[in-house]
Amino acid sequence: MHGRPRKAPKPEDEAASTAKAQKLRALQTQFFSFHHDQIYTKEAVELSAKLLEINPESYTAWNYRKLAVEHYLSQPECDPDSVKSVLDDELRVVESALRQNFKSYGAWHHRKWVLSKGHSSINHELRLLDKFQKADSRNFHAWNYRRFVAELMNRSEQDELKYTEDMIYTNFSNYSAWHNRSVLLSALLEKKAEGFLLKENVLPEEYEFIHQAIFTDPDDQSGWFYNLWLLDQTVTTDSPLLVSTWPTCGSDVLIMGDGCQSGSFSPFTTLLSDSGSFPIILYFNQPVEGVNSSTVTIECGFNKNGYLHWEPLSVSNSQAAQVWVAHLKFPTSELDSSVEVSVGHSKGIISTRGVHYCHPSTFSFNVHVQPVERDSFQVSVAESILWREENFKVYRAQSEESIPIAYFDQLCIKNGHESTASNWRTEALAKEIECFRELLSLMDCKIGKLTLARLLMAYNAMSFPFATKLVHSEVLELYNDLMKLDPTHHRYYKDEHSLVLLQKMTCSKESLLQHCFQYKDSGSSVIGNPICLRLNNLSLSRIGAFEKLLWVQMLDLSHNELQSIEGLEAMQLLSCLGLGNNKLRSVTALEPLRKLKSLRVLDISYNQIGDHSIDTTRYLCSSPLSHSVGTGVNKDETVISDAALVNYWEAFYMFKDLNLNQLDIVGNTIADEKFKSALVKIMPTLKRLDGKVLD
Amino acid sequence: MADASFGFSTLQMGELAIGKHVQYILSVEKKKDSFESVVMDHLRMNGAYWGLTTLDLLGKLDSVNADEVISWIMTCQHESGGFSGNIGHDPHILYTLSAVQVLALFNKLDVLDIDKVATYITGLQNEDGSFSGDMWGEVDTRFSYIAICCLSILRCLDKINVEKAVSYILSCKNLDGGFGCTPGGESHAGQIFCCVGALAIMGSLHHVDKDLLGWWLCERQVKSGGLNGRPEKLPDVCYSWWVLSSLIMIDRVHWIDKEKLVKFILDCQDLENGGISDRPDDAVDVFHTYFGVAGLSLLEYPGLKAIDPAYALPVNVVNRIFFGR
Repeated sequence: MHGRPRKAPKPEDEAASTAKAQKLRALQTQFFSFHHDQIYTKEAVELSAKLLEINPESYTAWNYRKLAVEHYLSQPECDPDSVKSVLDDELRVVESALRQNFKSYGAWHHRKWVLSKGHSSINHELRLLDKFQKADSRNFHAWNYRRFVAELMNRSEQDELKYTEDMIYTNFSNYSAWHNRSVLLSALLEKKAEGFLLKENVLPEEYEFIHQAIFTDPDDQSGWFYNLWLLDQTVTTDSPLLVSTWPTCGSDVLIMGDGCQSGSFSPFTTLLSDSGSFPIILYFNQPVEGVNSSTVTIECGFNKNGYLHWEPLSVSNSQAAQVWVAHLKFPTSELDSSVEVSVGHSKGIISTRGVHYCHPSTFSFNVHVQPVERDSFQVSVAESILWREENFKVYRAQSEESIPIAYFDQLCIKNGHESTASNWRTEALAKEIECFRELLSLMDCKIGKLTLARLLMAYNAMSFPFATKLVHSEVLELYNDLMKLDPTHHRYYKDEHSLVLLQKMTCSKESLLQHCFQYKDSGSSVIGNPICLRLNNLSLSRIGAFEKLLWVQMLDLSHNELQSIEGLEAMQLLSCLGLGNNKLRSVTALEPLRKLKSLRVLDISYNQIGDHSIDTTRYLCSSPLSHSVGTGVNKDETVISDAALVNYWEAFYMFKDLNLNQLDIVGNTIADEKFKSALVKIMPTLKRLDGKVLD
Repeated sequence: MADASFGFSTLQMGELAIGKHVQYILSVEKKKDSFESVVMDHLRMNGAYWGLTTLDLLGKLDSVNADEVISWIMTCQHESGGFSGNIGHDPHILYTLSAVQVLALFNKLDVLDIDKVATYITGLQNEDGSFSGDMWGEVDTRFSYIAICCLSILRCLDKINVEKAVSYILSCKNLDGGFGCTPGGESHAGQIFCCVGALAIMGSLHHVDKDLLGWWLCERQVKSGGLNGRPEKLPDVCYSWWVLSSLIMIDRVHWIDKEKLVKFILDCQDLENGGISDRPDDAVDVFHTYFGVAGLSLLEYPGLKAIDPAYALPVNVVNRIFFGR
């Protein structure tokens, strides 16, 4: 089916083909009669060999041969010698079939099946494999079979590692060898085998090795992914770390329920709450499980029993998440209290890679509650938010004001015991950066620029807070170059560029303040007047830096190129979100918003919802297709009881748990009258739709 | 005629010869006497799925006699509940999925004794969560996908141990973000489709590092615009399905150049006799015709029905299964 040239069939070819076909069909018919009548005579078994020689893909014939062998093995007259001889016959048939088609699943499995019986010579197998791998070093059937044989022989991982080295030295362009090397090396590192105890001793040699591959031919992909794995091994700490929280350590948080002024409190730490509770957010550097009331304890005046329900902010059925949230109920009377949160003092928080959280930490903040005045609350909520330029005024910060973005130095976590050990990491990165700068000085190549960009960002993250903004500018330049150098993957580089841009904008108080505004509509008064972070007109195709933005209540991302809002679920304080004039393609792309319980105002006007026949987030949202509604496989929970809404099932699952007051959806192909009435049905709390007040 | 959502005029870049491909598929279905056909005899059930799904995507499923196909399918079902590739052959999970998929196309899943088929499949799950292809025990993540997809279509996914099925698939995840056929197996686009598809159906895509895998997948696009299946290999139209559907399920398809891929697929057509081949100017077959058309559907080529990237069936068929409409 592959690699045969297209040519018009000549009459003599067709005649020959028909003759061959008739011969094969006759063989097949005869074979079937032996198989169905369970006839395993020498003659019958030989016929099956003839059939497999012509067509090694005829799987039933391999099954038949197994039955024949088992039939023979069950005879009383069979002795060890004749067993070996019978099995050797099988191996010969397999070899002849493999010569016909060395990718035949049936042939390889039959060989494994024979070997598993335990009567055949294994040494011969390695020699056979050598032949196959010389003929095609990328034959994954051979590599898989090699793994099977190595296990049968109890060959050490070290010996197999040496084999990959030999293969690579023969030809650097051997992705299969690099892959196998990565499997063996990671196993040796994980079990801390002799000679592989410390990554810092093992990795430098691997870097040298991979450089030879990449620098010999930078356009050959064989080494790229191994190199990326080495980088990941250098950068990633095994144990999970707490990266950011809300509230931040040492902050003074004002929780407000009515329209009174915040007075001396900063709008950065003033939260409006209509739910009687406020969130506590934990942001880890990797997904973890086991965050609960035993592993995370709270001490505060108004939560006597200390119990909090912790929820992982993940899509679908996952019990693991990078971001966790709990809601702390506050009393209805005025209150001043300190709250202390202790993370990981008892064991239980564990990463998805199986490593325990082992840096017990504590952070505390002060909470001031001002009571709720229900009536004024209702009125303010009914005012609409209009995302117009004239409604925003730049926020002028007080000089001593603490802006909770410098998460690293505000967190009372001591990672000191890592710092001396982590020197090898920064040293390794610095060396790599030097090597790739040298490569780029010799030739302009895609992998050089991409790797340098990744190295610089990794180095930057590691040296925080001593990192410089110059790094960000250099990396942005590299991605701009890559968009021109490799236009096929232009949008990959664009997404990376957007992420770096956001890191740059949020890396210091000064740069962040440039994007901080307050909403000022002369008609209405927004409660407490939170800061609106405005990140519009920046050509952003993707968003990130969420660990620095947990404090944001109002976010304007309008007029960008966002087709995804992945990760936005971390921003638990969001009550107003502007996503107008972007490139969102479907209702399912809004999935991260389902976790935003405080969201009241949403603008998704002028996007592309309804334009596309293919939904690229169809399996990244909660739906019956992926068994991710409710508890998953229970199909009763997935039934939409209102028949009229079945046509809008994406909207049903998306919006039913949101408590929106205001929604703007105009400018999307999907937003016809029928769709809008369906939305109104799905969201009874909705008060305004496309500017129109609902009754 | 320019299709606004597609962004450019179809006249500029060649056209999909829909009529020719329909003719080609119908002719292959009838031609049982060439050597090629006899050699593929054992996988006729797969061939039926490839041919009929393509016809449905082209809006021409009604060109075949559904009853004939369905009665032939049912004669391939064995006592065990599994289906064989053709009459006379042994049952195997590969052909069981194709049989169920074809019945779904015709909206005739009700001819099945669902428990019987489910029992065959659940019987193939091993202790470690993996699935064997048949009683002879070959294990491969392809079979995990098949089991999960098939049982999900039959609305009884809860009959297998989902948790173990997920953990076996994850044991086949590689350090490049991709998946192989067994633990330690090299990442290959076909296996990646199977693992990502299975995880998608089981609501477990959070285990996939979408950025890492997305980069590996998007680098399958070579200079000619076609996609290969793993690094330093030749492009092939069938990867237009496996790589593309994987990218779509993890929302990273915008990382490839869709226009260039469309052009590559269209260049693989045999405009005289119909059918699509693995590479331009190679011999055509039903397998590549299906993958080419399915790939074009995922690329939103105008005039084609949308195909679901996980179930590999038209979206309306999948919606019908889950929402009854």
